[in-house]
Amino acid sequence: MKSVIKGAGYILVHTPDMVLHNGTTQTTERIVNPESEYLKELPSHIRSFDQALSYWPNQVYIGNKHPDELAEVAQPWCDKACDVSDRFGPFGQMMPQEEFLLLMQACDVFGLVKLEQGFADAHRAALAANPIMDETILARIPETQTAGEEIARLVSEEHSEGLYHNGTLVGCVNRAHDIDVNLSAHVMHENLVSKASSVMALLSAVKNAGISKEDVEYVVDCAEEACGDMNQRGGGNFAKSAAEIAGLANATGSDARGFCAAPAHAMIEAAALVASGAYKTVVVTAGGCTAKLGMNGKDHVKKGLPIMEDMVGGFAVVLTQDDGVSPEINLDMLGRHTVGTGSAPQAVISSLVTNPLDKHGLKITDIDKYSPEMQNPDITKPAGAGDVPLSNYKMIAALAVKRGELQKADLATFPVKHGLTGWAPTQGHIPSGVPYIGFARNDIMAGKLNRVMIIGKGSLFLGRMTNLFDGVSFVIQANTGAEKAEAGVSEDEVKGMIAKAMKDFAATLLAQAE
Amino acid sequence: MDLENQKRVKEFAEQYGPENIVVLLGAAEGEASGLAAETVTAGDPTYAGPLTGVSLGLTVYHVCEPEVKAEFDDAVYDEQVSMMEMVLDVDDIINEMSAIRDEHCKYLG
Repeated sequence: MKSVIKGAGYILVHTPDMVLHNGTTQTTERIVNPESEYLKELPSHIRSFDQALSYWPNQVYIGNKHPDELAEVAQPWCDKACDVSDRFGPFGQMMPQEEFLLLMQACDVFGLVKLEQGFADAHRAALAANPIMDETILARIPETQTAGEEIARLVSEEHSEGLYHNGTLVGCVNRAHDIDVNLSAHVMHENLVSKASSVMALLSAVKNAGISKEDVEYVVDCAEEACGDMNQRGGGNFAKSAAEIAGLANATGSDARGFCAAPAHAMIEAAALVASGAYKTVVVTAGGCTAKLGMNGKDHVKKGLPIMEDMVGGFAVVLTQDDGVSPEINLDMLGRHTVGTGSAPQAVISSLVTNPLDKHGLKITDIDKYSPEMQNPDITKPAGAGDVPLSNYKMIAALAVKRGELQKADLATFPVKHGLTGWAPTQGHIPSGVPYIGFARNDIMAGKLNRVMIIGKGSLFLGRMTNLFDGVSFVIQANTGAEKAEAGVSEDEVKGMIAKAMKDFAATLLAQAE
Repeated sequence: MDLENQKRVKEFAEQYGPENIVVLLGAAEGEASGLAAETVTAGDPTYAGPLTGVSLGLTVYHVCEPEVKAEFDDAVYDEQVSMMEMVLDVDDIINEMSAIRDEHCKYLG
């Protein structure tokens, strides 16, 4: 059985106040250097929602612009307005902070999120008007909210995490336990943002795939947060909790973790679950990360640039059994960085790119497009991290030259022909290969591409459990048509069997005659 | 340079003697190589790690520099480094590394 990509959803949330209050670069600075120039300067570099809407990479993320169009725009992009500034796109949407705070409350089933009455009243209608929202989600937002004085008291006396909008305290997230740090207000805030943005992605993906919510049997969450208490810190389950809010009543699910490589791992697992027949429809989903907001803010401020890491990202991909038309995941062409692979870049790229191709006698140039780490270079270059996708393409091209599959003179054109310009926000797992799946599906179905490779890589040392690198890859290809019946024997095979039996019989007769 | 790596370099220098240590870098471009080289010779230029104000003057090379390449078994170098050699701006790395070595290395013959 095959598994196909039925649709994908990509969402962004503009969270300028969370940059200031929840990004670790800023929270760390506030502890070690509270009077720093950076903290004073930072607010004047924050973008408005309108500016976020007209930012080129954001319009690509939600599908209003194609990566090929972005590649034509000269960098930097932060000083150029995109000619499209729609909030909604074919893949999803950009949600403003005020609506998202209400959605966070809708996603909180323990009464931890408190909103100021006037704030909630002012923005409820806007959330209700959002095309992916329905009555069941809106009904989770209480009519009676909290007084501003009480919210201020909770933040100052009860360790609640403040929720701000335009610099004003408009709500808070309470701690879920008095002494358990795993349920602190800070952690609950981080997890509820991840959950709420995952809900948005799930709803967008289900809508885009044209399936009904009841069809979804399993959800895999591949974000980088952990939920649990002091007895099981990463117990989970983001997947099922988001599925509950999204109304996926027939689904269960679980969380897959593997740092930035997790989305690629989760896609392979989901494809295998469908292909094995265990589940008919599986959705891979991830919400975004508040800790990484403004991560490179110091460099951006120092260079007079806006804070471009002001978007929480989310994505979801729907995988179903073969429909005869949607692109399929080739589970026979998987790349794996194994324990024994080693950490030399050459070994890493070979394990992820050429090992699966060699198995099928394919060359590096037989893959039309590669999607490795798709970080937006507008964000990473000023921070000294270079153009991450381009570095990946250069390595793949160099390997192709070494293997005699590419002329050295073509090194420079390989990234243009087989690569993409990065557009994804630097939210760890969010840029990791998967931002391209939506475009890949469209372009393969339009006959523009035949095969694309999605590559997920992860830095496991961050968890201090191993120094090993990690990564997996998979190939999405055009649908190869109707599957052969697995049981039964074809006419040709029957003829062959009869011919063999007659030949054997004749040989026996001859032997007897002799 | 990563603070944990600075700590390890400092400990090795104390344990084996700075004259017996060669630091081998694999950074992806010239500027980063230069910063790491400066850290293990003149001291941490970012004033953040254990090598702040500590001028070890260690001998330091990037793995793509010809002096280092000459020490390798050709087959091993081809398997482990040659792909990145094609990708990196080796001349820029050599310039950065040579400048730092000329100014701060204490143990070059």
